[in-house]
Amino acid sequence: MKNFLKSSGIYNLLGLVVAWMGIFAFFWWKAPPNFHSLDNFKTMARQDTIVAIATLGMTCIIICGGIDLSVGSVVAFVTVIIAALLQAHMSPWVSLLLGVGAGGAWGLFNGILITRLKVVPFIVTLGTYLLVRGAAKGLAHNRTIDSPASWLNDLTSQPTDHDAWRILPTGVWITIIGAIAVALMLKRTRFGRHIVAVGSNEQAARLCGVPVERVKLGVYCLAGLLVGLAGLMQYSRLTLGDPTAADGLELKVIAAVVIGGASLNGGQGSIFGSLLGAWIMTTISTGCSQMGLDNWVEQMVTGGIIVISVAIDRLRVRKD
Amino acid sequence: MKSISKRFGATIALDNVELNIERGEVHALVGENGSGKSTLMRILSGAIRADSGSITLNGQPYSPKNPMEARKLGIAMIYQELSLCPHLSTAENVLLGMEFQNFGIIDRKESRKRTQEALKLLGITDLDVDAPVSELPIATRQLVEIARAVALKSDVVVLDEPTSSLTQADVEKLFGVVNTLREKGTAVIYISHFLDEIKRICDHMTVLRDGVNVGAAKVSDVDTDTIVSMMVGRKIDTIYPRSVRTPTDVVVEITGLHGMTKPENANLKLRKGEVVGIAGLNGSGRTELVRCLFGLDAVKSGKIRVGKFEGFAKPATRWSEGVGMLSEDRKLEGLALTMTIADNLTLTKLPSIVSNAKQLEDAELWVKNLGVKCRTPLQPIGDLSGGNQQKVAIARLLYHDVDVLLLDEPTRGIDVGSKESIYQLIDQLALQGKAILMVSSYLPELLGTCDRIAVMHKGILGETRAVADTDAEQIIREAAGA
Repeated sequence: MKNFLKSSGIYNLLGLVVAWMGIFAFFWWKAPPNFHSLDNFKTMARQDTIVAIATLGMTCIIICGGIDLSVGSVVAFVTVIIAALLQAHMSPWVSLLLGVGAGGAWGLFNGILITRLKVVPFIVTLGTYLLVRGAAKGLAHNRTIDSPASWLNDLTSQPTDHDAWRILPTGVWITIIGAIAVALMLKRTRFGRHIVAVGSNEQAARLCGVPVERVKLGVYCLAGLLVGLAGLMQYSRLTLGDPTAADGLELKVIAAVVIGGASLNGGQGSIFGSLLGAWIMTTISTGCSQMGLDNWVEQMVTGGIIVISVAIDRLRVRKD
Repeated sequence: MKSISKRFGATIALDNVELNIERGEVHALVGENGSGKSTLMRILSGAIRADSGSITLNGQPYSPKNPMEARKLGIAMIYQELSLCPHLSTAENVLLGMEFQNFGIIDRKESRKRTQEALKLLGITDLDVDAPVSELPIATRQLVEIARAVALKSDVVVLDEPTSSLTQADVEKLFGVVNTLREKGTAVIYISHFLDEIKRICDHMTVLRDGVNVGAAKVSDVDTDTIVSMMVGRKIDTIYPRSVRTPTDVVVEITGLHGMTKPENANLKLRKGEVVGIAGLNGSGRTELVRCLFGLDAVKSGKIRVGKFEGFAKPATRWSEGVGMLSEDRKLEGLALTMTIADNLTLTKLPSIVSNAKQLEDAELWVKNLGVKCRTPLQPIGDLSGGNQQKVAIARLLYHDVDVLLLDEPTRGIDVGSKESIYQLIDQLALQGKAILMVSSYLPELLGTCDRIAVMHKGILGETRAVADTDAEQIIREAAGA
């Protein structure tokens, strides 16, 4: 524990918690009184799930020195797949697995292009960003796809009286468990350490016998599966397949990771930092909407937070 | 340049160095790596300032504040790594920073004319000045840089190892250009390790060794042997420990190894319990040989045997065969600077599930064994000094418990204290029966630590000789191809 405190990561997390408390205090003071109610917390947690789960994968990718711009498109694609399968009378489990699997497949596709063609991830995923969005629209014939109700719809719903033991929506629990699993993976497994090593110095990793290409492929595949899960949550919120859903989600996710202290040069970043980043953005958006502020205020505040957090991070690094 | 001195911390890089060059003269600046040549040139070009001494240029006192000012005053530096923008055209490169504009718009016709004029002065007329520089062969790019110096009307042109990456035909072309510059009355400072080139093209020479002048002469008055003995002329220090070693079986055998460009037809045997050194100039293919052996560079043909394993392999396989490599470039390839000491140390041998406690315990052990100065093995390795970083990079090989150590420039850029402990470590490892292959540009350390030495020259590895059967002069001569 002593050593844990010595590592600089903890100050980053503490800083984010303090920042969040400041923002929260502001809305407590300014927003309607129900802002700081327990129910509102649950609502925020529920709204946070889609961004949060996608953030888990993006954090791994950014730590590994990459980027993924196709997140929003893949989420939309997954909602379409799940809705279409349910409409075709597939069982919810099959639809879920194939939907999440589709996310993983797109991740694998990104990974293969990046490692085999040796094209930079920004360009590759800019391509798949359009490609996947187009595929989703084509599959859905440019319409939303209605689907029969199933238990998938309840994943992001608040627990009702008869299943109050859940306390939080199942989706939130999935996010929490997923976050712990990915964080442990990054810190405590060889694969995780290899991800950090490749992002920190790819050549050094190669010298040390790290299978660099396989690590990258693995990261994009894993992130794809997590984006698939985010797509599942998006479906659950919409209860239908929408090829235009989650527009611009990738930028929100990248913003959360950056606020969370990750470096776009790779080698640096933390799961809990990114989740706090996502949580700060959700708090701002909920607070602003409950104060009845226009969307433009929220956007400007979020933008400001990104710039400030990066500036603080730079200053801290320079001081060291 | 008169009585120039420069210190870096405790090291004296230059001590009262003199350098006099006249107009229309090609002046050779000669010395081994670390003799102070580049420091002197960095002072001349304004990149750093001298602690004491003075420079006069055309009879005027000259003390440039920065490279830009030096350039304006007529000093043009042409380095080994070319400083052209590959996406811009020849004309744009030649006139970069002094473009001809009319109301903010570049006058392309005038630019083209001026560039062609500059090239013509160098005897080059058949060059498309609108084509991007990246389409030109490397030798022509060098001429473009010289054309830039001409366009700037530079009085002094410094050529730093200009021929190291040129073919013989291109060297002839370059010499033609140097002759043209001389006829125009430009002073040329020519830095090279190739003594035959100096004999051919230079008029005067200044020899530096360990930061002091050891000789200045008219080139036609001295022979190669005299130059070599001026360059070496120092005794080997006593800091190199060498126990009595008894090499046993051959563990690494390289036969007829060809890399994609270098090495060519390399043969080498490495035994347990010995240190074999590879000498040679930068770019002679020493590093490529080690990288081919370790699987970091592609191999064209040849045979590699490591212990009982035959054939080529990737780095991961080499590690598992008990071979470890230390990179010559600590920052770019050796270490992941944002990761912790512990992570860097254990990266080659991580279990599927990493136990922090075990990792820390291992790291603490090796940090203690090698005397790495740090607060905790959990601090980022980028915080440490060069010497301590290097110790961790070497500790990685020891932690992995390799039998064969490939050390590329193991003491580059580290302090004397760390150097000594690394020499001691190498000696101990050889005594323990490890096989060590060491590449170095610093001759005294090769002569001091190795049992056998081979010299590499332009991709070709000479035969290995026992240290007792060779000396610095012979090695320098072979490395320079003289």
